[in-house]
This record gives sequence, C-alpha cells and structure tokens, in this order.
Amino acid sequence: MDLRQLNLSEGAEGLRAKRFSSRELVESCLAEIERKKELNAFVSLTPEAALAAAEAVDRKIAAGEEIGPLAGLPCALKDVFCQEGELTTAASRILSGYRPPFDAVAVERLKAADAVFLGKTNTDEFTCGASTENSCYGVTKNPVDLTRVAGGSSGGSAAAVAADLCLYALGTDTGGSIRQPAAFCGVPGLKVTYGRVPRSGVISMASSWDTIGPFAKTVADLARVLQAIAGADERDSTTPRMPVPDYLADIEKPLSGLKVGVAREFFGEGLETEIEQVTLEALKNLERLGARLVDISIPTVPYAVACYYVLTPAEVSANMARYDGIRYGRALQPESDDLEAHYYRLRGEGFGEEMQRRIMMGTYVLSAGYYDAYYRKAQQVRSLIVADFNQAFAACDLIAAPVSPTPAFPIGEKAGDPLALYLADVCTIPASAAGIPALSVPCGRTASGLPVGLQLMAPQFAESLLLNVGHVFEREAGVGV
Amino acid sequence: MIDAEEVKRIAGLARIEIPVERMDDFTRKLQQVIGYVALLNKLPTEGVDPLAQVTGLTDVLREDRPSSFPLWRELIESSPLPKERGQIKVKSVF
Repeated sequence: MDLRQLNLSEGAEGLRAKRFSSRELVESCLAEIERKKELNAFVSLTPEAALAAAEAVDRKIAAGEEIGPLAGLPCALKDVFCQEGELTTAASRILSGYRPPFDAVAVERLKAADAVFLGKTNTDEFTCGASTENSCYGVTKNPVDLTRVAGGSSGGSAAAVAADLCLYALGTDTGGSIRQPAAFCGVPGLKVTYGRVPRSGVISMASSWDTIGPFAKTVADLARVLQAIAGADERDSTTPRMPVPDYLADIEKPLSGLKVGVAREFFGEGLETEIEQVTLEALKNLERLGARLVDISIPTVPYAVACYYVLTPAEVSANMARYDGIRYGRALQPESDDLEAHYYRLRGEGFGEEMQRRIMMGTYVLSAGYYDAYYRKAQQVRSLIVADFNQAFAACDLIAAPVSPTPAFPIGEKAGDPLALYLADVCTIPASAAGIPALSVPCGRTASGLPVGLQLMAPQFAESLLLNVGHVFEREAGVGV
Repeated sequence: MIDAEEVKRIAGLARIEIPVERMDDFTRKLQQVIGYVALLNKLPTEGVDPLAQVTGLTDVLREDRPSSFPLWRELIESSPLPKERGQIKVKSVF
C-alpha cells in the first residue's frame, strides 16, 4: 500500500511508530498529484513549504516530542482559504495572483496542529456552482469516471481525497458544496452547524449560509479534523460560544433506540430511481443496526431551492462588491479614463458568467420596488423552513435523505442550463437554510459503479451524533473508499 | 418579468459590463431563474417574521480597545494600483 492511501488514523499511528516519515507521506502525495494531474483537482501547489513543514514534524518526532493527531499528515485547502503568502484566488480571474497577508482562522488552527498543506484545490468561482465547471481553471474530473464531474463547488477537495492525493481536505458548504461532491466522489464529507467553525479568512459567498468543513477517507477522520478547527473566535461574530465536545468520545455508541426521520419530500419526483433504491437500502441497513425509521414531513422542502436562489445571490452581490480592481487582484489593462468605467470593465472581465448572473440576481431582488416581493418574502420562507425542521426533530433524532437526486453527471451536461444545476441542490439546500449540520457518507454505487451518498441531518451542534451514526454505518454497512 | 432594459439597469447598479452580443442569452437565462423563484408566492407567509440569520445571536459586542492593525502595509500592497503616502491612488470619482 502506498503511503498516500492511508487514512489519518493509520498515518498518525505510522508516524509515531516511525514506520515512515512525514516527508515520505508528502512525497507519496506529490507524486500521485503529478500522475493524476488530468483530474485537475489542484489549482496551485506548495511543495517546498509542504516538505519544510513535514521535516519540522519529523524533527519533533526524532526528538521524542509529543505530536498531535493531525501532525505531519498532508492535506489540501479549497482555493478560498486565505493562507499567508500563498495563492488564493477563489478560482476567479478577478483575484488572479492574489496572495493574502494572513491565514484564515481554520488554517491557523491546522498550522497549530502541525498540519502540512499541499496546495489549493479547485472550486466553482467564489464557490458558486454544483459541478466545479464554473472555475477559471476548468472542471475537476471525477476520479471514479473521468467523463463526469466531481461535483461542486468543492469538487477539487473531494476528488483529491477520493484519489488519494492527500489524506484530508477542507471545503465549504453553503447549499451542498461539501455534501454533494463527497457523494459524487464516494468519500465522507461534513457540513457543520452554521457558526461551528469560524469563517474569518475564508472568502465569503453567502454570509448567513457559508460553513467550513472537512472531507476525509473515514467518518472518524472527519471527527479528527473537526476537533482541530471547531470553536468560537472573536474575529467571527457569528460563532456562538458553544463548547467543543470530544468528537471521538461517543463515536462507537450503538444505534439501538435511534429514531431516524424519513421525510417524503426528499423522495419526490426528480429523484433518480437507482439513487432512491440505494438510499432505501441504506435506510434498511440503519434499521438492521438498531435504528427505527419514523415518517416525518418537512412541507417547505419543495420551496427551499427558490428561497436559496433569492437569498444567496443577494448576499453574494453584497460580498462581491469588494472586487473592484482597487483592493486586490490584477490591474485593469488598458487603464480606464474614470472610476465608473474602470468598475464596469474590471468586473465585466474579471467575473465569470455564473458569478455575473448571481450578482445581477442579487442586485435585482434587493433593488427598490422588488425587495419586499422577493428578498423579504424569501426570508419569511426561510423562517418557515427552520420551523419545519424544529418540528421534525421533535419526532426523531436525525433525518436521513439522499444527498443528490442524481449521481455524478457527465461534464457539460448541465453547463448551459443554470436552472437545472440549481435544482440539483434540492436535497442539500434545506439543511443549509436551517443552519443545521449534515453528513454525507458513502452508502453504495449505481449499477454503472457511480458512488451514492447517504445524507444524515441533525439539530444544531449535534455533530457528535452525526459522526457516531455515520461511523457505525460506515463500519457495518458502508462502502469503503 | 425582466426585459433587456431592466437587465441593463441592473448591470448598471452592479457595475458589470455585459457585452452587447451576450445580452440576449444573459437576459433569457436570468428570466428563467426569476421565473422559477416566483414559486415562493405560492406559500402563505402573512405574520411570519423574516429570518436574517440562524444563530439566534444578537448584539455580539467586544471591548472597544484602541489598537493598531499590524498588517495595514501588507493590505495596501495587495492593491495593483499606485500608492502614495500609504494611500491607494485611484481614478477621479467625477
């Protein structure tokens, strides 16, 4: 077995036992990244810094120092995590060449844990998309089938973990951008409670929806990464001061007595038959493990996509206002005569079509005369979605559903049809609207071998429960990476 | 329903130049999305409070401690434009 194929638990154990070095781990990953560059999972690499960080950990180990569970284990960051001095471009021309002068809090925390960063992974531009086809660097291919998308927007991170290019990766999930690529590539991925992990230093898409979370090879590894990055921070005032539990403490707890809610609204028309079959089989497996399935209803689910595509473009339009060719990015060539002309051209040339569409949509729904009809209305609908989930959780401990109505689709199939891509988020958006945590765990394959993910949703700050159920499911009934 | 004139107006507000040859396709796709979200009108929402955020937090305050931000020079260096006396030089506003 090649070192890059190890998971975090195996990697940590091997380093401690001095069976291999962190440097060898990094070299194994870098070699595979080169061999598999066709995947286009990485958009920038930092091999020298990675090797230097690895050697620092190797020196600690040689000196007999205590090292943490993530020390020396190579990881990747989605191209929206600010890393001091390293390229961070949100896969957009408008940030071409940008090197932040600071680290994101999540990066700071991983650095403190002696993490080793291999580089930045591909994403849809400013994380707006569900296929990584909106990236200025081109699409990331699915390691399981190179003719298909890896999913999005964290397609690069998902593909990197699935293809053993790194041992874990960070992504962001605003409407499904961790869960869906995780399901498409066949790896576990976690969307946390909104506010569980500080967003400071992560390039924002939609500020009241964005979350930061891990991809890894096992559910227990997700817990290890979350342990290092979770917790409130003064620099992000949307992080409630909730204590961070030991996410591994209850991970082996048996599932007997667990009530799993199944909402019929997630199994509506549009769900591909094979996905439905594999998901229902997964639910049967949960029952075999001791869980009890409970029929529930979340009536606002069919409205969640519409709600999302009013509110998030509005927030996107506000967050994109800072990209003015003045604060960051490349200079506009040739220069404009005046400021207004400068803005028009810079933003017209710098933003891709999907970004322009989202900014325009947001500007429209916030503009005078339309604010009440669209934006305020959608905020009211969001209120109803939250209320629906609260009611549902009165009847069950967690909710199970598909992650996506389809498996990974062919590259280019949905690229010309924005609405079709938006509707692909139907299963993941509701949890985002409510700000609750949700896990995608591999649960099977379609007949043609495409991965399928099972989505588990829990109340706010119940990540421990998700990781417990996901881990037991993975061990007993899941599909290995 | 949104038309090309309205799209031009919005592009003006958003400060984004959309090339003339792409206007029709852009307008059509935007119309599709706006048409779809009208679905929200089917849901009765009288008396429902609009939700701005999901944390329930209010008035998150910190002590008003004066301090100097250590990275201001680096932040100004992020700009591609000329700098003068610690300031970024831009085109005239009017």
